[in-house]
Amino acid sequence: MAILINKDTRMIVQGFTGKIGSFHAQDMINYGSNVVGGITPGKGGQTHLGLPVFNTVKKSVEQVGAEASIIFVPPAFAADSIMEAADAGIKYCVAITDGIPTQDMMKVKQYLRKFPIEERMVLTGPNCAGTISPGKAMLGIMPGHIYKAGEVGIVGRSGTLGYEAADQMKELGIGISTSVGIGGDPINGSSHRDILEKFEQDDETRVVVMIGEIGGSQEIEAGVFAKENMSKPVVAYIAGLTAPKGRRMGHAGAIISEAGEGAAEKVEMLLDLGVTIAPNPSSMGETVAKVLAKL
Amino acid sequence: MDIHEYQAKEILAGYGVKIAEGGLAYSPEDAVQRTREIGGNVWAVKAQIHSGARGKAGGVKICFSHEEVEAAADGMLGKRMVTHQTGPAGKVCSRLYIEAGTDIAKELYFSFLVDRAHERIVMVGSAEGGMEIEDLAENNPDAINKIHIDPAVGLLDFQARKMAFALGLEASQISHAVKFIRGCYCAMRELDANMLEINPLVVTKSGELIALDAKMGFDDNALFRRQKVAELRDKTQEDSREMAAADRGLSYVGLDGDIGCMINGAGLAMATMDMIKLAGGEPANFLDVGGGASPERTEKAFRLVLADEGVKAMLVNIFAGINRCDWIAEGVVHAVKKIDMQIPLIVRLSGTNVEEGRKIIAESGLPIITATTLAEAAEKAVQARNEQVAKEGAA
Repeated sequence: MAILINKDTRMIVQGFTGKIGSFHAQDMINYGSNVVGGITPGKGGQTHLGLPVFNTVKKSVEQVGAEASIIFVPPAFAADSIMEAADAGIKYCVAITDGIPTQDMMKVKQYLRKFPIEERMVLTGPNCAGTISPGKAMLGIMPGHIYKAGEVGIVGRSGTLGYEAADQMKELGIGISTSVGIGGDPINGSSHRDILEKFEQDDETRVVVMIGEIGGSQEIEAGVFAKENMSKPVVAYIAGLTAPKGRRMGHAGAIISEAGEGAAEKVEMLLDLGVTIAPNPSSMGETVAKVLAKL
Repeated sequence: MDIHEYQAKEILAGYGVKIAEGGLAYSPEDAVQRTREIGGNVWAVKAQIHSGARGKAGGVKICFSHEEVEAAADGMLGKRMVTHQTGPAGKVCSRLYIEAGTDIAKELYFSFLVDRAHERIVMVGSAEGGMEIEDLAENNPDAINKIHIDPAVGLLDFQARKMAFALGLEASQISHAVKFIRGCYCAMRELDANMLEINPLVVTKSGELIALDAKMGFDDNALFRRQKVAELRDKTQEDSREMAAADRGLSYVGLDGDIGCMINGAGLAMATMDMIKLAGGEPANFLDVGGGASPERTEKAFRLVLADEGVKAMLVNIFAGINRCDWIAEGVVHAVKKIDMQIPLIVRLSGTNVEEGRKIIAESGLPIITATTLAEAAEKAVQARNEQVAKEGAA
């Protein structure tokens, strides 16, 4: 089953004909994703990578049945592209773009809330590596070959740290059902908790790995959700033990501004909530292996 | 990006927020001149550094004569001030703001912040002004009033009134307070600020509301559309290495340890620093070289890390996705040859084309220590650092 994307998911690329959009669209096609076209306003009617280009997302929904979208639009225009996708009836959108202003994301989130829940587009990112259901489909920029198909779900803020986790598991023969990047920005489309909820409902996923970091409180909200609503075990690693308070560590959202936002504090709270902690980033794979062995 | 108090006050005054009369000074003579222009017989001399809690660091002095102003200015200019917000290195004061003394009847706390959990701007106020909000949150959380602003409709007048009453203002002050709050909100929204703090917000003996201090921080991601705000950047208040890194498109944060780091991806960078700490070392920096680490970029990153003379060993950890390990390895070999490194280098490569990458490192003939896992890389880095320190101690 996997979550969010599958072999048949009909995908479009927003910012299709640009250099970055083209490169990753080709990579997704090579991986086996069902890419059905792309959007570049003003280039509608053309063909790119052998696929149709549309002026608007709405046209792609009407003409090729687009269901999911990936956004490579520059930061100044990305929020608008996300809202266009939601308006057109896209079900799932990944925003790769790094550098979207915080107030633009507030507007996006408010816009999405006006749709009834059952019709509301799911957004992951921005500033993320995307989503992959190994062996089925990839809607992202990750190196597909490092993921083995299997039964562990991954949700994380960081791209490369997510790769590290998948790689460690592959070494131990453990595969991934779906890996979801929720991005490093302070305001993001889906939280750790939102993705845990989806993994809980997925028949194929038996264990979930949550890769968090300093800043905000999403990991704790996810921990509370896991304790109260999940039958599946959650393994977590929180990056940033050495990060000083008040300094932004690369990601716009990776900054300790309040009590409870540091890595050590988050780890302590998650332990109290019954989450299994990978004590260091090199032990993510073996910690999952131990949890799997007990199931 | 942070700006100075005087800059924030200039902005706010433009939005109709009342501030005390004041002026900028770069020398004690300037300071006395400003005092003459302002008039009166009480003035505040305030050090302009990017930090709160300046008072405790000797950065705010109330003066009653021109001689006192001159002496206070002389004492502050050029001084490195250390507060709990600046870190141990402190910040050098090169500008002063001279302000007319205010007759304070009451001190309040007021701010607009980004509430990440609610995904909204939140208005925060307390009748307990003058102290830091963190302390207030800890000691007397009930004294803090919070009102969230709906991004679709913006601040509504009734919300501003609600806050004004919660702050204990009198009926005659409410309409002025609403105008004050609205001005602050417009500045926050229209300039893409991510924080605006007036602490204290003062009620004068004649019943006026004045922003006695003002602090504004801006969303770096929005500076592209806020050119006037971007021009307010004071580079002397920021870490020179971090500025140099930002100019080269690299994300760097200087730390106190002595193991230099170059990593791709912010999360992996933090994780690698954690591993260094667990292995018994201390990282000298956070450095994310990003996705497309070309040889030029790699060389720049090496120079940046090695510019810190305290660095005793350097660890490179790359998980190649879009990147290829062989490409990274070539960049590393190129950089090491060009820079003539005097300290041990540990390289761990993983991901796309890892075998080719490792081969290039092995065949380079350079004394590069390699590792396959994250844990091994951190352990080897700490070991190499210890050997380097012992070697330097012996020499």
